[in-house]
Amino acid sequence: MSLAVQRTDSTRARQLVSAAVPPLVLGLVFLAAWQLWVEVYDVKPFIIPKPTAIWQSLVDNSDLVWKASWVTGVNAFVGLVCGAVLGFGLAVVTNRFRIVSELIDPLAVTVAAVPAVVIVGVLNNMYALDSQIGRRIMVSIAVFFIVFVQVAKGLRQNDPTQMELMRSYAATPRQTLRKVRLPNALPFFFTAIGTAAPIAVIIALVSEYFGGTQDGLGSKISGTLNGSNKALGFAYVVGGSIVGLLFFAGSALLEYVVVPWRRRRRSR
Amino acid sequence: MTQVAPEPGATAAPFAVEALGLGKVFNPGSPNQVDALVDIDLVVKPGEFVSLIGPSGCGKSTLLRLFADLIEPTGGSLTVNGKSAHQARLDQDYGMAFQQSGLFEWRSVERNIELPLELKGWDKAKRKARSTEMLELVQLTDFATHMPWQLSGGMQQRVAIARALAAHPQLLLMDEPFGALDEMTREHMQAELLRICARTGTTVVFVTHSIPEAVYLADRVVIMSPRPGRITEIVDVTLGRDRDELTREASEFFERVTQVREALRGIELAAGARGIEDR
Repeated sequence: MSLAVQRTDSTRARQLVSAAVPPLVLGLVFLAAWQLWVEVYDVKPFIIPKPTAIWQSLVDNSDLVWKASWVTGVNAFVGLVCGAVLGFGLAVVTNRFRIVSELIDPLAVTVAAVPAVVIVGVLNNMYALDSQIGRRIMVSIAVFFIVFVQVAKGLRQNDPTQMELMRSYAATPRQTLRKVRLPNALPFFFTAIGTAAPIAVIIALVSEYFGGTQDGLGSKISGTLNGSNKALGFAYVVGGSIVGLLFFAGSALLEYVVVPWRRRRRSR
Repeated sequence: MTQVAPEPGATAAPFAVEALGLGKVFNPGSPNQVDALVDIDLVVKPGEFVSLIGPSGCGKSTLLRLFADLIEPTGGSLTVNGKSAHQARLDQDYGMAFQQSGLFEWRSVERNIELPLELKGWDKAKRKARSTEMLELVQLTDFATHMPWQLSGGMQQRVAIARALAAHPQLLLMDEPFGALDEMTREHMQAELLRICARTGTTVVFVTHSIPEAVYLADRVVIMSPRPGRITEIVDVTLGRDRDELTREASEFFERVTQVREALRGIELAAGARGIEDR
């Protein structure tokens, strides 16, 4: 038994490397092809800049990119946390009342299909011009529905044997919620967060296109990509990608720590 | 050696299970009404081991679920431990094990065993003492802090049995608990179960579709037939209580196996005569 566990540990590093190398190679090949294409066909930098030029611009303007990334990142993070807390909480509440959850479920799907970013225009009119609240609310709404639908599903989809056992123990609905439904819903919650985290960044970024203060990544990208300094615009795009990746990595790490029993099941 | 005895204060009822004219109809009054069980008379004495066997659809699992108050009967009377099945469930008078171990994958082996005790409001020290005792009983002491996925199927089933016995119930209800195990593990688990029962004096009602399993384990084998589900015959096994691997090769064992097999074949022939196809 312990032998098997040890073997898994020692091969884990090798598995990680073999999982990471192919996408890295593919990415580098893509960048090299891009560079080559711009060089060979002499594409003008105000149409598409070279990857090396983007990198240079990123280094030169790192403080600008950092500041804008921070603004957008904080908006995305605040929205992600608020939406996740609300979605989880409401899913738990509605699970106790079947009718409520049957009402909200189709509503959640419908609302999620609306191009919801337009709400930001309305929200911007409701708050001061220099406020980030509208954008954060926008992110919260998007995250809320993703988390709500998944957690509601996780609370409902239980192992029939486990539920019969809980009944045989004469467990109260509250005990069943705490001991079975909630732990069962946790992996669903983290699946939702994994999906919602990069979306939160994109929504925070796109929200900035609809007016308000011009200090985030979205504003900077729309400002610079339309201008002649395309390399700086792409540098901001790289900043946005890094923020999105950090969000995804953060959510994956959280899942790894909080639901360890899930690791094993997935690797099977 | 820890002494495994029923909880103090538990009253000794004359019968572990007493069913009289018990019936269960699913979807009564609707076009897809099913008479799952009709007119079941069955008395299980304390300390007895009773196997329920029959073709699929004969209602053996339904009967077990009635005993456990997981579903409610539509007719007849039923007492478990001398009280209503409902009260027996509220008092956790019985333990239960299924074909799926139903272990909670986010809980370690010992915390799985402690769950029913947690729900009874036992404090941590008392729970820990009991789970240690139960792990010793099923010989898994070294695996207390392992997680369920780290165990083999047979070991998981032993944990499920330990959990079912954790509150020291006088009655154990088992629904094909070894059905998903390979033959070798299965025979080992049967011997293990007999050893545990001999030590604890637990009454067992055991649903199975394996004839040798039913005979090897039970004092009495209850043979059931489908459409509608009912008891057609009860075979006394009379092999005594000291059964081991040699029992499986004894001529009397084969006689009882044959007797049960012929009783079951009688059901099939009757079904065939009525032109009913049995899956």
